[in-house]
Amino acid sequence: MRNPRLGLVFNLFLRSSRVQKKRAILTIASIAWGAFSLLLLLAFGEGLKISINTATHGMGSDLAILWPGTTSLTWQGLPAGRPVRTYIEDIALLRQRVPNLAEVAGEIHRWGVVVNHGKTTTTAQVKGVTYGFGEIRNHIPATGGRFLDPLDEQLRRRVAFMGDKIAEKIFGEENPAGKEILLEKVPYTVIGVMMPKVTMGNYNGMDEDQISIPITTFKAHFGEDRLSIIVVKPDRPERMGLVLEELHKTLGAKCGFDPKDKRVFGIWDTVESSRITRNILIGIQLFLGIIGALTLIIGGVGVANIMYAVVKERTKEIGVKMALGAHRGWITGPIVLEGLLYTLLGGAAGLIMSVAAIILLDQIPTEGNEILAMFGTPTLSLSIGLVSAAILGLIGLMAGYFPARRAASINPAETLRYE
Amino acid sequence: MFLDNLFNSKKDDLKIENDEVIRLKGLTKVYDMGRVKVEALKGIDLEVRDGEMVAITGPSGSGKSTLMNLIGCLDTATSGSYLLRGEAVSGLSREELAGIRNRRVGFIFQNFNLLPQISAYENVEMPLLFGGMSRHKRRARVLELMERVGLSDRMDHKPTELSGGEMQRVAIARALAMDPDIILADEPTGNLDTSSGSDIMNLFQKLWTQGRTILVISHDPALAQRAPRKVEIRDGLITKDSRK
Repeated sequence: MRNPRLGLVFNLFLRSSRVQKKRAILTIASIAWGAFSLLLLLAFGEGLKISINTATHGMGSDLAILWPGTTSLTWQGLPAGRPVRTYIEDIALLRQRVPNLAEVAGEIHRWGVVVNHGKTTTTAQVKGVTYGFGEIRNHIPATGGRFLDPLDEQLRRRVAFMGDKIAEKIFGEENPAGKEILLEKVPYTVIGVMMPKVTMGNYNGMDEDQISIPITTFKAHFGEDRLSIIVVKPDRPERMGLVLEELHKTLGAKCGFDPKDKRVFGIWDTVESSRITRNILIGIQLFLGIIGALTLIIGGVGVANIMYAVVKERTKEIGVKMALGAHRGWITGPIVLEGLLYTLLGGAAGLIMSVAAIILLDQIPTEGNEILAMFGTPTLSLSIGLVSAAILGLIGLMAGYFPARRAASINPAETLRYE
Repeated sequence: MFLDNLFNSKKDDLKIENDEVIRLKGLTKVYDMGRVKVEALKGIDLEVRDGEMVAITGPSGSGKSTLMNLIGCLDTATSGSYLLRGEAVSGLSREELAGIRNRRVGFIFQNFNLLPQISAYENVEMPLLFGGMSRHKRRARVLELMERVGLSDRMDHKPTELSGGEMQRVAIARALAMDPDIILADEPTGNLDTSSGSDIMNLFQKLWTQGRTILVISHDPALAQRAPRKVEIRDGLITKDSRK
């Protein structure tokens, strides 16, 4: 088959019968509706993805949370079932010995600590943490405050960083930074309050309800120096396995357990769980995309239908062109082009509609409504645009191709003679 | 390779040997209508030489339209051979047939078959467009043809704005556009009044004297009388072939 020249196809397209306006507009509307559904569904999926992403990252990303437990293997004559105890100084050791670490932090928790401020008395969870904790666990200070720093830890300062919920409970509208609170009747200075954040995962309670103090101060005040939890963040998420292995080696040598003993620590690897979450989200978006594409296909069937009608109406015209020596491509090309044009016009209208809808949806206030906040705001991204354009183009081509094939199969001898 | 050469030289010999435009031998056409098979042509032998004007007559249902479709390469024969300028047409693909129709055959129909939504100019230009002629050459050619059929002043009119005779003249200009080997006219005066009909016949006469090969299918005895050769078809067979 000879390759039809594009210019000629376009030329022929311009010279074919004028379209019936009402019919064309209805078809374009059906495509617009399909494109609108597709784009909106994908945008909702994207919004959900973004909000869940931020929520899972609320706790911090690419972390492993370790709970010291008991050994399960014998080691150098020592029996299994011994509890493993890690202490504050182990954090410094790990920082020194384990390569590829972004940061490692230790925590000691204490529940039911009595907190006083002025006439307010309440109880709260207090955690002694190493200074690197704030960075990796997303304890971002609100304006006018800071997190605990190395000097606080070194000098055992009595300073406290408060979760936003507990801060509001004690101080109300007042700005807590620089104020004094009493923890078990010992005065502490509040140096910062955590920025409110959305979190999905947590352990040992919500960050917003907790008060963080330097781990050294905690030891001095409460007399505990055994870590409840170790938080590890590798410099790159794919090095998590490597870092955990090194950590086992280092602590195994110090505490006396087999580095291959996987039961010494209870481990929550968020790299793994966020990978699963990501896959689920991709699944959801794929599902939404398929629903949208199906809606769009219905529009495409409408275009194909119209193009079949057009071919029927132009049977004689097509027959004449064939008699004059038009090649197949010059018959089919303009029809495919017309189908594609309807589809793309509809797609453009759908895009405008969905952008407008998303702008309107953005106006709905989500604050204070957990469901809406979690659902996120629908967002259009470049990849959504590209995927939608590809689907539209494919449907448009199909909607034109099949009617065009019918046109090409017209027998000119039969069509020319009779009116 | 050797065989190819043999065939080619044979073909060339044929061409040199005679000035035949059309040579039909034992041409049959059977329409398969499912249960019934309709034998429209039962074995046609016909030769048409360069510059001949042939009137093909016969009652309706005799097979003359089928014959015209076959000669015009709009359809393919069931059996028999058809040489157009010494070239076998049977067995060619649809695409190749389209090329032959474009370059070698000019059609003129009873109902004109002009494309209604474009101007007379664009109608005449259409075969040139398919023939791959450049825009510049197309323009010159269309102007020349319109001049020849005497419609230079009506080029920008749409077919619906023209009279029957004018429409047929546009169709003739379109048929001549690619300078074809044969012109096939199917009842060219059938939809015209007497005076424009005789105008068209005069135009055909003029084209014939200029050396065109013309086949006219017609009921019209006046038109058939003008043709120097008359072929009569009945029930799918040639019953009379007379030259003046």
